Amino acid sequence: MLTLEDLVIAQGDFRLGADFSVPRGARVAVVGPSGAGKSTLLGAIAGYLRTSGRVLWQGEDLGARAPAQRPVAMVFQDNNLFPHMTAAQNVGLGITPSLRLKDEDAARVTSALARVGLAGMGARKPAALSGGQQSRVAIARLLVQVKPLILLDEPFAALGPALRHEMLDLVGDVAADLGATVLMVTHTIGDAERFAEQLVWVENGVAQAPAATRALLADPPQGLRDYIGAST
Amino acid sequence: MAVGLHPVKRLPFWPGISAAALVVALTFGTVLVVALRADGAGALTRYDWLAVRFTVVQALVSAALSCALAVPVARALARRDFIGRGALITLLGAPFILPVIVAVLGLIAVFGKSGLLSQALAFAGFGPVSIYGFHGVILAHVFFNLPLAVRLILHGWLAIPAERFRLAAGLGFTPRDIFAHLERPMLREVLPGAFVVIFVICTTSFAVALALGGGPKATTVELAIYQAFRFDFDLAKAALLSGVQVAICVIAALVALRVQVPQIGGGGLDRTVQRFGKTSTLTGALDTFWIAFAALFLLTPLAVLIARGAPELFSLPASVWQAAGRSVMVALASTAVTMAIGLSVALACLRAGWIEALGLVVIAASPLVMGTGLFIVIFPFAKPSDFALPVTALVNATLSLPFVLRAILPELRGIEARFGPLADQLGLTGWARVRMVLLPRLKRPLGFAAGLSAALSMGDLGVITLFADPKAATLPLQLYQLMGAYRMDQAMGAALVLLALSLGLFYGFDRGGRADADA
Repeated sequence: MLTLEDLVIAQGDFRLGADFSVPRGARVAVVGPSGAGKSTLLGAIAGYLRTSGRVLWQGEDLGARAPAQRPVAMVFQDNNLFPHMTAAQNVGLGITPSLRLKDEDAARVTSALARVGLAGMGARKPAALSGGQQSRVAIARLLVQVKPLILLDEPFAALGPALRHEMLDLVGDVAADLGATVLMVTHTIGDAERFAEQLVWVENGVAQAPAATRALLADPPQGLRDYIGAST
Repeated sequence: MAVGLHPVKRLPFWPGISAAALVVALTFGTVLVVALRADGAGALTRYDWLAVRFTVVQALVSAALSCALAVPVARALARRDFIGRGALITLLGAPFILPVIVAVLGLIAVFGKSGLLSQALAFAGFGPVSIYGFHGVILAHVFFNLPLAVRLILHGWLAIPAERFRLAAGLGFTPRDIFAHLERPMLREVLPGAFVVIFVICTTSFAVALALGGGPKATTVELAIYQAFRFDFDLAKAALLSGVQVAICVIAALVALRVQVPQIGGGGLDRTVQRFGKTSTLTGALDTFWIAFAALFLLTPLAVLIARGAPELFSLPASVWQAAGRSVMVALASTAVTMAIGLSVALACLRAGWIEALGLVVIAASPLVMGTGLFIVIFPFAKPSDFALPVTALVNATLSLPFVLRAILPELRGIEARFGPLADQLGLTGWARVRMVLLPRLKRPLGFAAGLSAALSMGDLGVITLFADPKAATLPLQLYQLMGAYRMDQAMGAALVLLALSLGLFYGFDRGGRADADA
């Protein structure tokens, strides 16, 4: 279980508070207007930001841990792959940053690439892959990182709707394989409905506790109502 | 993604701090050593004051002349498109890596007593001109800095948005209106910066003054330090003059800080300003004149050098080739040192931005002062001439640092901004991060910086003259000695070798950085 305990992120005039838990294995969409602090919330959980309050995983305080030492795998909006490394190397980094892979590690990389539909493309560099294929490499890395908490910061925003849905389904499958909890920032209510059974609404400096997506969308609070109206 | 919390802590910091400390010791430390030694040196003589005055006056005149000539040339280049325009603009960047002594030799071949110009004048019944003295120094400085000024001003011209020229055409502006409303404001912004940069460069002029100046009327402070040192072995006087030189550099640097100093961007000089309506025949003729002037002024000395030097190539004395070998070694060693210092300092800058000011410190430092300081330090323990080459390499490495930092630091910051979060996420820290993420992505600027620093070191005729041992001369020094012995044709052959090696080193490193650099 992920617990945010009186978490407050303050940067200049900006302030975001969160105080809630997410059950293990849940899939949660994080939705809110631009600049509300969705990415900031994920950044705080991943260990990139100074905060007050606590971030706990299974009751353990993560405060002192650097991003790589947290039980967290994050996929960013862009720059998820190093352009000078092959797809296999980019995935292999998820096993060990030194890239000194043992035979069984290399086999894991190969099977992760196959699992996301990139069998035989391990030697390609990102420039030789399509946008969708690049996303698949990032998802393959999630498979070898084996972290119990996956944070998605709108990683597929640049893809068309069909491809985005395909990627979301793939991440869903991968998360199910790993038994991982997923928090996903999105601007698209449809994606939230499709992917996440729970929704965190972020507005006016507060990230609300997650509520059931369907129920929330059936009877949205005013801010969310305006947001949906504006986004469709 | 918001600004990160710890990311930069994950990169090596202390090597950069140590390297920065070394550089400060080499710049400020040597000044201190020199100052201690200068104790009781007495006041500056009249001759010394003349050197101070000459240093400032020649720098002012050189900067003013370079800027004044650069405006019409840049204007012509901005609005004319012609075959060879790109090549000419590329050539304008070349003086930066052109060894000073090579250019001086080329200028002597054109403007010297038995040069092309004097020969032409003899045909017309006039006596020969001399290149030595005040005007020779100015000529050489303009040769080096006119291209720089042209590039800076051309950049300003092309930075005026095309829409403004379209708007001007729509409003029926005359050329005079265009100048008043578009061009003059740009020049007002760009010219002071260009002037200050050139002024600063010229105040530390040594090799030009050494070759073309001398005597009470044409001695820079740097040259006076050298003379106090080599001719009189008057360390106290050298130390005192070093203090004066530092003062001049610091004042110049402070002035430079107050003026917005323009940066030359990598590319973007390949388009022309779109003009509307007809330009008069006179304007066209003037533009052609200025372009031809710039091309001839820059190309003729090099062309003569090549024409006269090439036949000598196969009959050069062995000492020239040995000197060439030493110079290449010095250049490579200096490049290795400056890249190591530059990279580690740049990494430290990511965590503590103020370290970047180190580049300015180095710009204000004078190589001759550094050399004098190191000489004073080494003298009690060993024969300084035994250390001539390592000291030269070290001083050259220090002098290249500002260029290295300027080439790699912005790129480094960009890479960290783009890939820092991902690297953090994957636990790529310390040297592993440097090796696996930063170095591969820095290849181009690293190659460029290494090429620049190798070429600068290859062509350097500065600190080596202090420590010179004729048997261990670098190629520029060997070349200078050939000139001193009036073996001009051999000197031109050697100059050609030096030119080829400098350009070759630059090209080799720069090319190496571009080889399979991925998007």
